[in-house]
Amino acid sequence: MLELRNVTAGYGAFTALWDVSLDVAAGEAVAVVGPNGAGKTTLLRVISGMIAPRAGALTFEGASLTGRPAYEVVAHGIAHVPEGRRIFPMLTVADNLKMGAYLKVARRAYAESLERVFALFPVLSERRRQRAGSLSGGEQQMLAVGRALMSRPRLVLLDEPSMGLAPVMVLRLFDLIRRVREEGYTILIVEQNVRQVLKLVDRAYLLEAGHLKMEGRAEALAEQDFVRKAYVGL
Amino acid sequence: MSAGRVGVGVLLAALVAAPFVPMGGMRQYIFHVLIQIFVWSFIGGAWALMGRFGLVSLGHGAFLGLGAYTTTLLWNFFGLTPWLGALVAVVLTAALAVIVAYPCSRFQVIGHYFGLVTLAVGEVVRLLIIAERDWTGGSLGLTVRPAGADSLVAVQFADKRVFYYAALVLWALGLWVWHRVDRSMARSAMEAIGEDETAAASVGIHVTRFKIAITVLSAVLTAVGGIAYAQYIAYVNPDTLAGIGVSLRIVFAVVLGGMYALLGPTVGTALTIALAEVLRVVFGITYVGMAETIYGLLLIVFIIFLPSGIYGSVRDLLRRRPRSQPAAPVTA
Repeated sequence: MLELRNVTAGYGAFTALWDVSLDVAAGEAVAVVGPNGAGKTTLLRVISGMIAPRAGALTFEGASLTGRPAYEVVAHGIAHVPEGRRIFPMLTVADNLKMGAYLKVARRAYAESLERVFALFPVLSERRRQRAGSLSGGEQQMLAVGRALMSRPRLVLLDEPSMGLAPVMVLRLFDLIRRVREEGYTILIVEQNVRQVLKLVDRAYLLEAGHLKMEGRAEALAEQDFVRKAYVGL
Repeated sequence: MSAGRVGVGVLLAALVAAPFVPMGGMRQYIFHVLIQIFVWSFIGGAWALMGRFGLVSLGHGAFLGLGAYTTTLLWNFFGLTPWLGALVAVVLTAALAVIVAYPCSRFQVIGHYFGLVTLAVGEVVRLLIIAERDWTGGSLGLTVRPAGADSLVAVQFADKRVFYYAALVLWALGLWVWHRVDRSMARSAMEAIGEDETAAASVGIHVTRFKIAITVLSAVLTAVGGIAYAQYIAYVNPDTLAGIGVSLRIVFAVVLGGMYALLGPTVGTALTIALAEVLRVVFGITYVGMAETIYGLLLIVFIIFLPSGIYGSVRDLLRRRPRSQPAAPVTA
């Protein structure tokens, strides 16, 4: 479904990603884990078109998306839930979701998408008239995911969904993401919370200082001594 | 028909009929003030098209000056009618707007930084006008070459009523544009961009295109306002039509009235112009600078205590009140 071939990217003179190749098959849930500053967020930003790669190719469902801008990537069926949630705080919950269905194709299916999102996250339905900025951190994250689903994507990119959430909330959120997955969305998730995310996904990549270090089944990776010591903390 | 609509109808009828009301010796003065209010309200409304979405420009004088000077120079030196001159001016202003907006959008120059960039643009245009004194008359300004008699080609009329109606139409046009933008999908897109550009891009909004489009629209309307003002006053001056002074005057009036409401810029402009006139008449030349001091103090007080503007606050108050009353039964 999604293929990255030898992608190199960065900001100005700084290179954050070196020669990264990665695949996500339809229906899969894949994680990219690694320490702070490994280039995880940059990777998602390249895929969603927020920054253009310096070298390499990006293909989604057979179409080349290399260097295409963000608004085009969304139209192709990739939704990005950016780091730090990035909801529209002054707009209501309902308006945030409406903005998620901004593209014409998504707008046509607005009512149906809204029903789906409310079924997944009932709390959003309860708070639909509230200003998004007044939601709790966990609810804001749900809203960010819900807003992404409103664009009717096939692939959802999640950037550090657990960031800044209380441990209890993190568990609940991962449960919800699991349900999103069961709805048939393909998921590429970037996380520092390695232990939790490995329970959620099928496969994982380990990113370190801009290089892909390891790749494998989630269970196998969790078993590896090296990973356990460095990231799982056991 | 709601009471609001009737009120609007009465107000419009009064404005249209005003020139036929006998006013005695005050006539010229009253028309002069009203024309100023309409033209500057239109310009304020044009500014607010950007301002309400967080694109706070502190250099709209650049567009004002570019518009006014282009038509005036083309008329004075080449005899080109201001109608065509206005077209040239609009094209030039749109180009300047793109030159300012494109890099700002590409490199995410937003918020205060955007304000500073526009501030510089306004000053650059003012200094260019002063530097090209062989053409523009420098800081002494330039008189629009008189056509001799009333002339539609030159857009010069001795009777203020012509300008009064023209200004009224211009003002209404500005309100119409505002209304169209307010009702469009572009408004939601711009609001999203104003809140968070990254998030807006992530839902598929073409951030750069929208920002450039709204900047061009705002700049072009501002230039039209500048042209109208120049034709009416028949004199252009770098300080009244470009630079920081006039740019900030536009911003203050709009912030005072409220930049998120249709009539906010109009209310703000009417109040600032009326206030300036009253202070000028009361203090005259007895206490030099007193009028400006009071004007400045009042602005500070208003901006601190009424952040959504006078008109915006009053409107919010009126809207809130009916909601607190018990809801009327839906069916009879």
